[in-house]
Amino acid sequence: MILTGRDYADVAVGEELPELSIPLTRTMIVATAIASRDYQDVHHDPGLAVERGSRDVFMNILTTNGLVDRYATSWAGPAARVRAIRIRLGAPNYPGDTMTLTGTVSAKDDAARRVEIAVRGTNSLGAHVTGTVVIELPEGGRP
Amino acid sequence: MNEYEERLRSWVGRELSVPKPGQDPVNVPMIRHWVEAMADPNPVYLDEEAARATGRDGIVAPASMMQAWTMRGYAATVNPRPGAGDGMAELIALLDEGGYTSVVATDSEFEFHRELVPGDHVSAGEVVEAISPEKNTALGAGRFITTVRTYRDQDGEVVAVQRWRTLRFRPKAPQERPEAPQERPEAPQERPEAPQEREKPRALRPRPAVNLDNAFWFEAAREHRLVVQRCAACKALRHPPGPCCPQCGSFDWDTVDSAGDGHVYSYVVNHHPPHPAFDMPYIVAVVELAEGTRLITNLTGVAPEEVEIGMPVVLEWLEADPELTLPVFRPAAPRKER
Repeated sequence: MILTGRDYADVAVGEELPELSIPLTRTMIVATAIASRDYQDVHHDPGLAVERGSRDVFMNILTTNGLVDRYATSWAGPAARVRAIRIRLGAPNYPGDTMTLTGTVSAKDDAARRVEIAVRGTNSLGAHVTGTVVIELPEGGRP
Repeated sequence: MNEYEERLRSWVGRELSVPKPGQDPVNVPMIRHWVEAMADPNPVYLDEEAARATGRDGIVAPASMMQAWTMRGYAATVNPRPGAGDGMAELIALLDEGGYTSVVATDSEFEFHRELVPGDHVSAGEVVEAISPEKNTALGAGRFITTVRTYRDQDGEVVAVQRWRTLRFRPKAPQERPEAPQERPEAPQERPEAPQEREKPRALRPRPAVNLDNAFWFEAAREHRLVVQRCAACKALRHPPGPCCPQCGSFDWDTVDSAGDGHVYSYVVNHHPPHPAFDMPYIVAVVELAEGTRLITNLTGVAPEEVEIGMPVVLEWLEADPELTLPVFRPAAPRKER
């Protein structure tokens, strides 16, 4: 199997990652909450979510971490190693909406072969998530 | 500081939970559930051969799954049984006593020290880093609780550190709620893409003109640090930020953290023109910090007619929207009776 993905030397600060649109279905919001072992009712029970002041169930923060992780490593390739994920949440991800992730390479650290990506995920209400992901990349085909 | 405030403050620095291993060690079935639900195509989580082709010894767990390994699970969520010495339960009870009965997560900052592999067994300990003063948010008045979670493997080695922030708040009555509650609810202006219709939450505050010379100041503000630029040559403090020392002309500089105490040097009350990001009227003040520099800011927690020149004020942070945190000031002590 050939090592695929981005090489540290080929990444430049300012490079933009391809946009990724993720449809937010009710099933997906519940499935991701359960896969992250998060049984808070606001993530799966619409009636209780409304009672607690939300308009519907909404995505949990562990899933936002997971999707930001997926977005960065899908671009970087399987050899990349995730060193940091720092996120701040904004508008909730509700069922029926779509979140579009965009990212830009914001910094490079040559000594550690680390690349920082500024990530933003927006839905119809505004910014759901803003943050940065730091990944370590292989260089010269060696991990 | 009142007694309740004292009791809350006493939690800063304390351990909320004794580290105990997660329900299950890192395992392939839970990784599979995660990867399927996230629709993550990276093969290194399930395909041994693909993982080895990247220089790893075998499959690894997704980095972002770290917290999932330490979740308490279904039974403990629906039927929590706090044991003796369960600091988290005690702190939540204290917050409930203050009326802060609801919770939303707002920030997660993970640093990963190594990748987890099947068989690793993760524990997490949690220490309170900060408890904010009460803030008015779109969902209700609340306090931000910042903790640091340290994740360790079966040998006690740190595998990840997470700074974790939640808002504990008093839910507003339904008619007071914004049309759509937000998971970062203190930021009612966080809808840059939303059309500016009357019934929508307010517009964003005007963007500050951030450039290479002043970006450090806004970045520090996001971390809730009010910094003052200092000349590295003659040590003179200056604000607003600039590339060159007005005293000695040096281009070398560093910063000092302000303690956040000051007084009102001057102020105006803006009644006009209306701007959709602001409630009119609002107070624009020049605050002189104890460190000596002055900054232009807003005053909060005080009516325009009660502001006085020389009034002592203290720093508070305004989370204006997901991309903008600004220092504002409120009166330092209870105002005198007249």
